[in-house]
Amino acid sequence: MIGERHVNLAVLAGLVIVPLWALWADEIFTITLTTRAVILALAAVGLNIALGIGGMVSFGHAVFFGLGGYAMGILAFHAQSYTPLQFGPLSLAGTKSMQVIWLVAMVTSALAAWVIGLLSLRTTGVYFIMITLAFGQMFFYFAISWGSYGGEDGLSIYVRNGFPGLNTLVPIQFFWLCLVALCVALVVQWRLRTSPFGLTLNAVRQTPQRVETVGLNPRKHKLVAFVISGAITGLAGALFADLNRFVSPTMFSWQLSGELIILIIIGGVGRLMGPVIGAAIFVALEHWLGGLTDFWHIWLGVILICIVLFGRGGVIGLLTGKEGPHV
Amino acid sequence: MSDTILATRNLQKSFGALKATDNVSIDLRAGEIHAIIGPNGAGKSTLIGQISGGLKSDAGQVHLMGRDVTALATEARAKAGLGRTFQISALAMEDTVLENVLLGAIGATGGGWRFLRGVSGDRDLNARAMEALARVGLAAAKDTRCADLSHGQRRQLEVAVALTLQPKAFVMDEPMAGLGAEGSKAMTGFLDGLRSEAPILLVEHDMDAVFALADRISVLVYGRIIASGNVDEIRASAEVREAYLGESV
Amino acid sequence: MSSILIIEQVLNGLQFGVMLFLMAAGLTLIFGVMGLINLAHGSLYMVGAFAAAWVAGATGSFLLALVAALAAAAAAGALVEIVVIRRLYKAAHLDQVLATFALILIFSEGTRWVFGSFPLFLDIPDYLSGPVTLPGGIQYPFYRLVLIGIGFAVALGLWWLTAKTRIGIQIRAGENDREMIAALGVDISKLYTLVFALGAALAGLAGALVGAIQSVQVGMGEPVLILAFVVIVIGGIGSIRGAFIGALLVGLTDTLGGVFLPELFKLFMETTTATQTGSALASMAVYILMSIVLIWRPSGLFGARA
Repeated sequence: MIGERHVNLAVLAGLVIVPLWALWADEIFTITLTTRAVILALAAVGLNIALGIGGMVSFGHAVFFGLGGYAMGILAFHAQSYTPLQFGPLSLAGTKSMQVIWLVAMVTSALAAWVIGLLSLRTTGVYFIMITLAFGQMFFYFAISWGSYGGEDGLSIYVRNGFPGLNTLVPIQFFWLCLVALCVALVVQWRLRTSPFGLTLNAVRQTPQRVETVGLNPRKHKLVAFVISGAITGLAGALFADLNRFVSPTMFSWQLSGELIILIIIGGVGRLMGPVIGAAIFVALEHWLGGLTDFWHIWLGVILICIVLFGRGGVIGLLTGKEGPHV
Repeated sequence: MSDTILATRNLQKSFGALKATDNVSIDLRAGEIHAIIGPNGAGKSTLIGQISGGLKSDAGQVHLMGRDVTALATEARAKAGLGRTFQISALAMEDTVLENVLLGAIGATGGGWRFLRGVSGDRDLNARAMEALARVGLAAAKDTRCADLSHGQRRQLEVAVALTLQPKAFVMDEPMAGLGAEGSKAMTGFLDGLRSEAPILLVEHDMDAVFALADRISVLVYGRIIASGNVDEIRASAEVREAYLGESV
Repeated sequence: MSSILIIEQVLNGLQFGVMLFLMAAGLTLIFGVMGLINLAHGSLYMVGAFAAAWVAGATGSFLLALVAALAAAAAAGALVEIVVIRRLYKAAHLDQVLATFALILIFSEGTRWVFGSFPLFLDIPDYLSGPVTLPGGIQYPFYRLVLIGIGFAVALGLWWLTAKTRIGIQIRAGENDREMIAALGVDISKLYTLVFALGAALAGLAGALVGAIQSVQVGMGEPVLILAFVVIVIGGIGSIRGAFIGALLVGLTDTLGGVFLPELFKLFMETTTATQTGSALASMAVYILMSIVLIWRPSGLFGARA
């Protein structure tokens, strides 16, 4: 068996080595794939805080991913069309600056997470799963029916947004930017998990009545975790939109929410690097299986059922021989 | 009475047609162990729920240190000084013994709103946690996963978590349940010493322990207190004999 | 706005509602009895629709198509229950969600593999097509009236099954105490397979019936599934009566909202903005309804457990 720390270091090393190799071998597409994996990992890190530590099985995290995407899409759309963004009497200019877009994406997602959390966390268990799923659909249909920003067709952005000191149009530079964002999120996740807040949240998942009897409020801790979680997934959404230079309602789809959960399960629920390993494997499967057969989802389904029935703890559980948290 | 720490006044709770507690008024005074006994289904768990805040009462009040806490949620009652242990362990089974006690220390020292500094680096939290563990004799097992503890150790850990809160009053739900003779004796000795720190409302089935420890005993049958008094009075009470023996014959 | 339009739309809402009920009834029964959250319920709806379209295409008989839908969905349900689902009854909700999500992937891609990506069409038979004239001179499609009738009939049938029959008593007993009824000699795993197949058959029936007014295609089940979730959250999980009331509420809200909200906004907005705002809001109406119910009653209108 391998120590979890070694697994974590190996994964991080892989995230640096693979794109460097791709750069050397001039495999630009591999860089794009790795970037995709890194961004999905970032989204899943967000979800992991809610699901893995806090035990909130959110089937609606695509809401935050989509909001991040549309934050980018809408701001960049107004910048590229030189039209102001109207909020009633307030008129704002669009922007092509990533920092501003990220901030807007995170704040919007956090606000949405706060409202959704406030309503959904009145319930637990199956109700919570179904309600978050329903909220996801609500945003999905709203995006489809809101014609100003492309409706069902989505929005295309012609040029990737800019970041000071970088040429984001160069794939490897954009990749480094995403990797740094992921690493920051991983550090946040790690510090959070080891902090008093994280210890409390982890206890809320296992035994909420205990948490109450030591004078702490389980629901408030869950809500705050849900907001942090939403903000991180929102940031991932903005980056994802920038990677594709395109946003559409599919970023809000329930399939995407499901895929984010799958990433975490494949890697290992509640583990620091679970989302990263899960995202890497998912993107690899999507690429290789997708290249072998048009119906690769069948095989993904079979793999998933096997993981659920036989492989508790995901890949990290398999490698380290430790089962990990239960949700 | 001025030295009353915890008191209930006419507490009532019904589940449908069943009156689980009916007009229950009890006092817990400084320095004492007040035991609540009664047959299964007498309403003891309901009463504990009403006192600790997990169950909303239909009528009646709960007072802690002279303050009416009836309207407060569980966590607010804990902050006000109520330390509760569970009958069926409500511990975080995946976490270590130390982490379980740390949770209590976090609750006692301003809560879980500290995000970025690690728990392991916080001396105050760890000192509080280790002190509580040492008192129940679990210090050596601090890194054991809770799921790997013996039944008796879990009882001890339950008490340790409550200790970290430094409560004004303890409410203990069957701390002896499932302990062997040895463990029961050790727990009895520990609770005996604890009463001078904070009084204990003790719900317990182990009659040897109850008769050894309790300053006063109240007998709960079908949701009503049918007798209340010291050990000798309860032993002599005709109503208690009827309730228990009438039940079991 | 004419009263004819209103009555028409109310009927449309009822028709949508009772079809949602067919889905929601199975979901809520399966959750109530087995404690399982089944995302793949929408796939069984799709299986029913495809089976019906295929059999109708081969034989030309709508009735045979409906029988095929019931049989195929029930068989698929029973098969899935025996192979995968029964291993999940005691599992965590997360595991149930994942495994049944995986089943959706398998069902959807499998169907695409067999039938291709193009939609199939299922025609309403002649004897059910065309409009009928209702009292008050309202012209309304006969087929939709039939759907409403079938929905109410199934609701009655389910009520009779759970309240009056031996098997219904066993089902309700299984909800409360599975060890006890196993001790009484009821074969609990057969009972569970039966309940699951029954829920699947209802979903398949809904798929076939709706398939005749929409196109039959891969992925048709999931939007309905999620609305059915909204229905049982509103009605209270495990309650058939709640599912019925919830389904009618959701069906009416969705249909009437889509038609009347844009009209409402036109009263105080210019037409294009009103249409856009109204239809955007209408698409969210059922979820807003759900939020309101939840704020008021977190475990639904008729729900016992949260």
